[in-house]
Amino acid sequence: MNHSKPTIYLDNAATTPMHPQVISAMTEVMTSVYGNASSVYSVGRIAKAKLEEARESVAKCLNCLPREVFFTGCGSEADNWAIKGYAMANKAKGNHIITTQIEHHAVLHPCEYLEKNGFEVTYLPVDETGLVSLEDVKNAIKDTTILISVMYANNEVGTIEPIREIARIAKEKGVCMHTDAVQAVGAEPIDFQDLGVDMLSLSAHKFNGPKGVGALIVRKGLKIEPFMHGGAQERSKRAGTENLAGITGLAKALELAVDNLPEKQTKIREMRDYLISEIQTNIPHIKFNGHPTRRLANNVNFCFRYIEGESLLLMLDLNGICASSGSACTSGSLDPSHVLLALGLPHEIAHGSLRLTLSSNTTKEEIDYTVSRLKEIVHRLRLMSPIYDMSLEEQ
Amino acid sequence: MYTEKVMDHFQNPRNVGELEGADGVGQVGNAKCGDIMKISLKIENDVILDAKFKTFGCGAAVATSSMATEMIIGKTLSEALAITNKAVVEALEGLPPAKIHCSVLAEEAIKAAIQDYYVKTGREIPGGGCTGCCGSCGHDHGCDTEED
Repeated sequence: MNHSKPTIYLDNAATTPMHPQVISAMTEVMTSVYGNASSVYSVGRIAKAKLEEARESVAKCLNCLPREVFFTGCGSEADNWAIKGYAMANKAKGNHIITTQIEHHAVLHPCEYLEKNGFEVTYLPVDETGLVSLEDVKNAIKDTTILISVMYANNEVGTIEPIREIARIAKEKGVCMHTDAVQAVGAEPIDFQDLGVDMLSLSAHKFNGPKGVGALIVRKGLKIEPFMHGGAQERSKRAGTENLAGITGLAKALELAVDNLPEKQTKIREMRDYLISEIQTNIPHIKFNGHPTRRLANNVNFCFRYIEGESLLLMLDLNGICASSGSACTSGSLDPSHVLLALGLPHEIAHGSLRLTLSSNTTKEEIDYTVSRLKEIVHRLRLMSPIYDMSLEEQ
Repeated sequence: MYTEKVMDHFQNPRNVGELEGADGVGQVGNAKCGDIMKISLKIENDVILDAKFKTFGCGAAVATSSMATEMIIGKTLSEALAITNKAVVEALEGLPPAKIHCSVLAEEAIKAAIQDYYVKTGREIPGGGCTGCCGSCGHDHGCDTEED
């Protein structure tokens, strides 16, 4: 779309621009390291060394062992692999899986697939802030439970789940614990050992790395089926010649992301809280979604009553502002986001949701401009809305 | 994903509002599904003199409402009743398949408003009024949404 206005990118939960140093690191690998990491000659060995260097760097950033890092094609692949790969390798132990209603579809759909193939899945509810209850987790575990998968932080409303506590429960019961940390890695300090989970998914493009590469961290000794058969790559668990440039980019991006992370979080959190309070001050008939404090530093999510999310996004786009919504029109079905519904929002309110996700480069000026446009757009759409009229009549 | 025509009608919707003392008003759709259209008509001698709309919905819902009102102003009631959702889609130079239901809603809103006029004036509704998918069931307006 053509617009003369500068772009204000407030959809950093969808993806992020690549860091210039990541581009340089990848360019260098693409330019000078063309070997296949599986070849015995020097050109191949150089590629292999680069690959292992990246693996070690990722392991250092997340406090896990290099051999626990398995590179994948994306975050969705890591989630698919964790769920299906663990279930298939451990079906003799049991057929019950516990997850939540607010997971990404990369977790929910593999679970639904397993349900069609003899597994039983419990989808735990969440409270109105998006939090899973530890009691619910405990009560859901039975003799046949083999796997618990709970996301580290929700991609839509930003709620941070009590993963360490759930992992402790899982460990006590001898159940494997996976966390989809795609929204959290690079945004929250993560220590794999300290967290106590057995598997963790991540995706490079969420933290200024390239698209098309992710990783699954798998605790040493854990039994999991290979994701891809046909080669010895990734300890024979994920066949296919390694995407060395992408993997190098992932490692570099993670290194940059975790550097001074608490300081960056504080800065983003301040901007986030400013944006939240400006919206609350300037726009009536809204609903704040997610948890007030257990929340990703960059996530803002509101429902604007009486209007529909896609209209809001189109209008924002015409003003150069990139955002996202959980409305049905953006989900491709008649139902709005499963996450907002799980939080207990009625359909008609969930249709009017807006997610704004900041970066460390988001400025106060950008926020002020966004709120001023948003205020005008919401007002304009409400004047067009028959349900706004009805609500005014009721008042 | 939207044609220029759709974006034009979305950005500059024609005939937004409600007619004072309208002769016929039709509201279709459901907030649960994410779209509601309300069309009000000024009718004289079976000719639609003016039409206005209010819509809660996505870009396509706004654009189809706007286009539908444009298409019926100046038309006789029978001409307006003959306007199909397909005609609205064609006038907008196409809609994405997932948005065809918005054009169905626009067609239903016109029919509902004209039906309201017939009821108010105590006249027989040509063809019995209901198209079989008038939205008055309160939920599914997703019928007949196949794109060709």
